[in-house]
Amino acid sequence: MANHKDIIYGLYNDEEDLLKAVEVARDQHLDIMDVYTPFPVHGLDPLLGLSESRLHIGAFIYGAIGTLTAFLGMTWIFTKDWPIVYGGKPYWAVPSFIPITFELTVLFASIGMVVTFYVICGLGPGVVNPTIDTRITDDKFCIAFEKGANESGAAESFLSSTGASEIHSKTI
Amino acid sequence: MSHYVSNIREPLVNGHKSYHQITEDLVAPTEKAPNLPWVIGFVLAVSALGFGLFCIAWTIWHGIGTWNLNRTIGWGWDITNFVWWIGIGHAGTLISAILLLFRQKWRTGVNRAAEAMTIFAVICAALFPGIHVGRAWVVFYFFPYPNTRGPIWPNFNSPLLWDLFAISTYFTVSLLFWYTGLVPDFATVRDRAKGIRKSIYNFLSFGWTGSAKHWQRWETLSLALAGIATPLVLSVHTIVSFDFATSVIPGWHTTIFPPYFVAGAIFSGFAMVLTLMLVTRTMLKLEDYITLAHIESMNKVILVTGTIVGVAYLTELFIAWYSGYVYEQFAFFNRAMGPYWWSYFGMMFCNVLSPQIFWFKKFRRNIAITFFISIVINIGMWFERFVIIATTLARDYVPSSWSYYTPTWVEMGIFLGTIGLFFTLYLIFTRVAPVVAIAEVKSILKSAGDQYTGPNAIHHHGHDNHGAHASHTHKSSVAETVATAVAEKVATVVDDLKKLEGIGPKVAATLNAAGINTFEELSNANVERLQQILDEGDGNFMGNSPESWPAQAKLASEGKWDELKDLQDRLDGGKY
Repeated sequence: MANHKDIIYGLYNDEEDLLKAVEVARDQHLDIMDVYTPFPVHGLDPLLGLSESRLHIGAFIYGAIGTLTAFLGMTWIFTKDWPIVYGGKPYWAVPSFIPITFELTVLFASIGMVVTFYVICGLGPGVVNPTIDTRITDDKFCIAFEKGANESGAAESFLSSTGASEIHSKTI
Repeated sequence: MSHYVSNIREPLVNGHKSYHQITEDLVAPTEKAPNLPWVIGFVLAVSALGFGLFCIAWTIWHGIGTWNLNRTIGWGWDITNFVWWIGIGHAGTLISAILLLFRQKWRTGVNRAAEAMTIFAVICAALFPGIHVGRAWVVFYFFPYPNTRGPIWPNFNSPLLWDLFAISTYFTVSLLFWYTGLVPDFATVRDRAKGIRKSIYNFLSFGWTGSAKHWQRWETLSLALAGIATPLVLSVHTIVSFDFATSVIPGWHTTIFPPYFVAGAIFSGFAMVLTLMLVTRTMLKLEDYITLAHIESMNKVILVTGTIVGVAYLTELFIAWYSGYVYEQFAFFNRAMGPYWWSYFGMMFCNVLSPQIFWFKKFRRNIAITFFISIVINIGMWFERFVIIATTLARDYVPSSWSYYTPTWVEMGIFLGTIGLFFTLYLIFTRVAPVVAIAEVKSILKSAGDQYTGPNAIHHHGHDNHGAHASHTHKSSVAETVATAVAEKVATVVDDLKKLEGIGPKVAATLNAAGINTFEELSNANVERLQQILDEGDGNFMGNSPESWPAQAKLASEGKWDELKDLQDRLDGGKY
């Protein structure tokens, strides 16, 4: 980790406390670095101003590439590269291309979407991200601030006033 | 969570779990040394696998002639087992994809294990085409690699090639789905681990942090994968059925095959999920997460799909008669009355009749009966594939070439080996990864935990204005209880509450402290109040459920010890 960050974070015991706190932070225009939770908390995204994920658009594009690859590939092979008559069918036997076209559509969409997910999240085999608090993956809900972005004291007073059970500083 | 949950919804997480307790319970199997049943199971599974590998080596060394296939019956146990395993693999994706789209919360208890089962079952299935080809060392001839004979392509019009694409896609998508679900849970294990385990689990968890944006994308990914895996799961067994349905063999050449195969696949898959989950929940002590509600839901799916399969069997018979086509008519007459009549009636009994017992709620919620029926269905679905494959081939168009087929020890050994492989992989999985999806169970806790919904719920949802009020009354009621207890203590006789099932010395002491000393007092207490007393008391009573205590105490206070004994025999640790 080349860039060390000084952060202040508060831990909440319940997702409802967290949601209330994030709402307060939004109203106070505090600059939250990130929120970490043990499971997906619904209702958090709009409060944090996160735009909807566009992964499913990616899935459509990858799927379309799969459709074209399969269909055009089989078309080229059976009409141009090596035409053979199978079972009295025409070279360009569209109905019997459908199953493989469908399967490759699904395959391309799935692999493309999953790979995209890990790449844009910066996750993958061998990635070591700094651990803010080991209880975040257990039962604590964390709001983290960068020290530089918040005037000293603003973050602490926000965290303590919104019911954070613990407040810590850390360099990650 | 603030969304409305009907009161009649049964809780899906029992034992008043906190988020931390869920982590503790579900990570525990990966942190402890395995118990004796696991070790015994593992040794048996590896032995079966070892014998299977020996039989595979025998087949490859001596050739396919070591199997009893003949010119008439070219497909036997190999393809039967292949289709059986592929079918079993279908429940995993059904649970993870289709039930996710339907927002069925009970999927969270079983999806992880069911997806793992899918992957392992597909591995077992894929083994059979691999060795059936005969000369396995030149299996690369299948692939259009550059070679001196010119650019030879596979036949894309062939259902067998469609099958290859379908199953490889299915395996890949299932694996991606399963692993992406596992990543946050591996992070949970990582954050509790030390030393080399921490490094390993960090590698497995891909550096997961739990950031809000990551969770948002993770949910989008799960939903989109579920959306495309749903038609996929329907397509896979459809294409497997095309292996048969596109042929010109009477008995195979039917348009009913795709839906009938898909229903049968889901049916057999759920039977195998039940077999596994009933063992897993006992072995890993997951009864609070894989509850009777889960088992009942799965039994309902079994009843529906089993009945669909039954309708399909009867439709086949009707259409064979109605078509007026003598070869088709003979094929079906031969299935029921020919040399393999026993497998046909075995199939009918196991698949169509046996699941009908699940019309009764009592049986749907009975663990022993569910386990027994799940095994019966596994056997029945194997018979189904055997009936379709072997009985059809045994009597072909030319009576002079009619034949009969029984497997050799090599074929049986390979089948046994795949069962060994399946259980070896599954047992390793239970020690390495959380068998129940931790993050997903936590996310349904507020709407499906038994402290929030159902008969044992404590009515203090913290997120609204009632919260303060409710917890106030909650405290004062306990204070009252204690006050009454002190007042009455002078005159009361103290009964031995430990005589009731589910009450140990610590619980008895807690109840006494709260003023419940006699059977009569306990019989008059309501379950909710008892749960409050336990929650307020010193000590961890997560595993204690007071639901049966008043009923037991009533019998005890009336001196009906025999009836109490009967009741206790029916109870499971004090729970109904």
